[in-house]
Amino acid sequence: MLTLHCPHCGTLAAETELTAGGEAHLKRFGPGSDDDSFEGYLFMRENPKGVHFERWRHSYGCGKWFIAARCTATLEVFGTYPAQSSAPPQHIRDAITARRPGWGWRDLA
Amino acid sequence: MAEARAMDVVVAPAAPLGMITLRGDLAALAPVCAAVTGAAMPGVRKAEVSGGRGIVWMSSDEVLLLVAPADVAGALAQIGTALAGQHHLAVDVSDARAAFTLTGPAAREALGKLTPTDLRPTAFGPGDARRSHLGQVAAAFWMAQGGAVTVVCFRSVADYMLELLRVSVAAGPVGYA
Ligand SMILES: [Zn+2]
Repeated sequence: MLTLHCPHCGTLAAETELTAGGEAHLKRFGPGSDDDSFEGYLFMRENPKGVHFERWRHSYGCGKWFIAARCTATLEVFGTYPAQSSAPPQHIRDAITARRPGWGWRDLA
Repeated sequence: MAEARAMDVVVAPAAPLGMITLRGDLAALAPVCAAVTGAAMPGVRKAEVSGGRGIVWMSSDEVLLLVAPADVAGALAQIGTALAGQHHLAVDVSDARAAFTLTGPAAREALGKLTPTDLRPTAFGPGDARRSHLGQVAAAFWMAQGGAVTVVCFRSVADYMLELLRVSVAAGPVGYA
C-alpha cells in the first residue's frame, strides 16, 4: 500500500484516504495559445518508469491537495510538498538526486 | 438502540450534539470560538472538548464547534456578529451528522480494526483528533481525557457506522496495541 505524508495536516495517509489527481506541475495554456500548446496542456502526459510528480488529495483527511515525488517502478517516495508550489522545492530535488542520480522529468533535473 | 458490549468497550449513539462547521483563518476565529464553546483553539489534529462542548481541529482552515443543541442558533448569530465583514463560513451541521461513543479500555482496538490511522498510544491519545475513514465511510474521531472516543460521521451512513462498530467489537480482540 502507498503511504504518503500529508504536508498540511502532518499525518501519514494511507492510499485509501487519498484521491489521485494526475500529473503535477502542468502549465496551463488557455485562450490565445497555439493549438499544439493547448493540445499538450489538455492531453500530453508523462508516463515515466521512475521519478514522477503527482497531485494527491487527502480527501478522507484534511481535504487538502499536495504533490508527491515518487518512483513509479519501486513506489519509493522521495517527498511530499503543498500543492501551492509551482516547482519542486530544493530539498525534494536533493532527496531525488540522492537516490536517483541523473534523474530527469520534463524540464526538471 | 441497544448497546453492544464485547471485549471491554461499549458502543452507543452519543447524546445529541450541536455541531457547527466553521471555516476561515483559525487565528482570527479563535476568540469567537472560545466565546461560543468555552474552549481554547486546539492545535493541529487536536480536540478541546469536555462535557459535549468544545472545538475539534478538522484542517488548517476548518474547525468543528460542539455546543448544546439548543445553543446552536444563538452560537451562529454570535459568530455572524463577531466575524461580520471577515471571510468565513459557519453552518449548522447538527442534523447532517451522527455521533457515537466508544467507552472502555478496548475503544482503541475496536477503532483500530476499521481505520488506516495510526492508533498506537504513542501516536493517538487523549486530546487527539483525526479525520479518516472507518470501513467504507468518512469519519472524524477524537479521544477524551479518560480514553473514551467520540466518532462523528454523516447521518446518511449512521446505521452502517453503528453496525460496523458493533461488528468490530463483537469480532473480539486481535491484540492490537
Ligand atoms: Zn492532510
